[in-house]
Amino acid sequence: MTFTRRQVFGLTAGAAAFVAVAPRISFAATDDTEAAIKAFTGGAEPATGTVTLDTPEIAENGNTVPVGVSVESPMTADNYVESVLILAEGNPSPAVATFHFTAMSGAAEAKTRIRLAKTQNVIAVAKMNDGSTFIDRKEVKVTIGGCGG
Amino acid sequence: MFSRREFLMAATATSALLGSGMAGSWSRLMAQQALSEDLLLQMEPKGKLTLVHITDIHAQLKPIYFREPSINLGIGDVAGKPPHVTGADFLKLYSIEPGSPDAYALTSEDYVALAQGYGKMGGMDRVASVIKRIRAERGDDNVLLLDGGDTWQGSYTSNVTEGQDMVTVMNSLSPDAMTGHWEFTYGTDRVQELIDELPFAFLGSNIYDAEWDEPAFEPWKMFERGGSKVAVIGQAFPYTPIANPRWMIPGWSFGIREEDIAKHVGEAQDEGADLIVLLSHNGFDVDRKLASRVNGIDVILTGHTHDALPEPVIVNDTLVIASGSNGKFVSRLDLDIQDGKLSGYAYRLIPVFSDIITPDADMASLIDEVRAPYEGELSRVLGKTDSLLYRRGNFNGTFDDLICQALLEERDAEIALSPGFRWGTSLLPGQDITFEDLHNACAMTYPAAYRSAMSGQVLKDILEDVGDNLFNKDPYYQQGGDMVRVGGMGYTIDPGKEIGERISGMTLLATGEAIDPARDYVVAGWASVNEGTEGPPIWDVVENHITKNPVVKLPDNQSVTLAG
Repeated sequence: MTFTRRQVFGLTAGAAAFVAVAPRISFAATDDTEAAIKAFTGGAEPATGTVTLDTPEIAENGNTVPVGVSVESPMTADNYVESVLILAEGNPSPAVATFHFTAMSGAAEAKTRIRLAKTQNVIAVAKMNDGSTFIDRKEVKVTIGGCGG
Repeated sequence: MFSRREFLMAATATSALLGSGMAGSWSRLMAQQALSEDLLLQMEPKGKLTLVHITDIHAQLKPIYFREPSINLGIGDVAGKPPHVTGADFLKLYSIEPGSPDAYALTSEDYVALAQGYGKMGGMDRVASVIKRIRAERGDDNVLLLDGGDTWQGSYTSNVTEGQDMVTVMNSLSPDAMTGHWEFTYGTDRVQELIDELPFAFLGSNIYDAEWDEPAFEPWKMFERGGSKVAVIGQAFPYTPIANPRWMIPGWSFGIREEDIAKHVGEAQDEGADLIVLLSHNGFDVDRKLASRVNGIDVILTGHTHDALPEPVIVNDTLVIASGSNGKFVSRLDLDIQDGKLSGYAYRLIPVFSDIITPDADMASLIDEVRAPYEGELSRVLGKTDSLLYRRGNFNGTFDDLICQALLEERDAEIALSPGFRWGTSLLPGQDITFEDLHNACAMTYPAAYRSAMSGQVLKDILEDVGDNLFNKDPYYQQGGDMVRVGGMGYTIDPGKEIGERISGMTLLATGEAIDPARDYVVAGWASVNEGTEGPPIWDVVENHITKNPVVKLPDNQSVTLAG
């Protein structure tokens, strides 16, 4: 197993804080996530498909998790992706980023790196120029690691 | 080396020691089997092309004992399906006679008695004989030799030469491609240096440059063999930077990345591949799932989880081949390709009985040469074991019990943790424990035996975390090791539950008291993936312990209770 003394203490403190406030945070975060999605879609329930999140199943480093998003669209003046919202459901503040596109963007694709405090869903919501919205959701596991092989 | 006659006599003599019951039928079966090199290697050929697969050798150059697990639970959809079938159930599933050579090679049933009769398995000189014979039989131009990785780590000589002994030996076998996992624990620079020495491809479709998020390795390669175009896609162990120290390979990122595999399948089809092979270190369940989701792969040569299956598992028209570990087996897969399509196959998981298969003389002398500088140290006797020492099993193994005992006593700890590795060879009751045997169980580049304080809550979190790596219902979240081994503490586990709910009843064995989440415990362990971990190397800790207690006798480990 996997602990230096320093890291063990770090983890212990983290775990304690998590246990103490977990219920409040998780409800608050889920509520915040739902509210952020509603605000972005104008209250509509987004459909699945069209938008694809690319995340690792298990994070190699929870402090910097690569996240990619792509949306199927011809990206013409009549039919293009306007924006994509990225949320991390389990973070104290779920909003991560909003990417804005125009027909001139050519393709609706973006990559970034985000910090994940613990195992949770990452969510991408895409808004098209006609107002329709699409959602994708992937679980990213954040583990202690070190016992495989 | 035994002649065939001597071998049979040895087997009969051993069976006499077994007493009544099993022994009688076993010795008869032995005689009926009349094991010979021809019998082990012969097979009705099929088509023109042959794939030869070997994987997870873990640097075992010499013949070894390796006991397969008696418990290997499958979760969810794969419960009760191979490779999650062990012992008598395995024999029944594949219609293998108890006591037969295959029973010895493939299961833990009657292990000690059969091991004494059938002898050690593997040895790269024997493996070389098998491969040379296949090449001679099928023709060099019709055979592709593929190494699934975990080749360069697992012995004293591989550790001290940083993989050089294995590279030298494997290069002489002329594989066509390999992929990796423990290879990466030699660190970026050394891995690069060794790869530069390879006269063949090191493939890794799922290895990316961590900074630029771009492919860092050659993902796949096309070969022409047996008159066909064969595309081989390499897949390294997806969770290398999580299960092993990320700080040793900071520039590389891994992951399953099945969309990349699908992309390479498409490219290979576009370039006219007749056959598409995934040379994988994913682990069996990950590859089974991958085969169901990515179309167009004809063969997956799987590795990592050390499963040895005598027949392919067929998923979505993909043949999944599991070739065991430690040089115990060589897989031969004959393929008949008609009009650019796979139209038939024949498969043999060849068990490498070291007393039956003649060592290849050139390879034997090369092995002696690479080991010569260390022979004195390797053969040094540390003690003796009265118990069977082995590692495989979901929850514990006796070699790990010994390591945990050493950690508790030598590091003066209340609780010991030892990773659930699946490599490490076995020793029979009555055998000496040599320096080499000990290092076969712990040779690695991050061996520090730490001693630190952990709260009961942290211990619970660790068990839950590792439990989820092993028993997550979705194979893509499994890392392929076994449960962390625990000394000084007992617990109950319900594998079918979710993370956070599997572990209960954690008890400090010394007092019988329940583990207090708020109390700190003195914990000793080894193989931390964290940089800067301090402590003596684990082999020194265990050697000191054996020197003080030169006869190892381990009680039955009953510290883990299985629920659900």
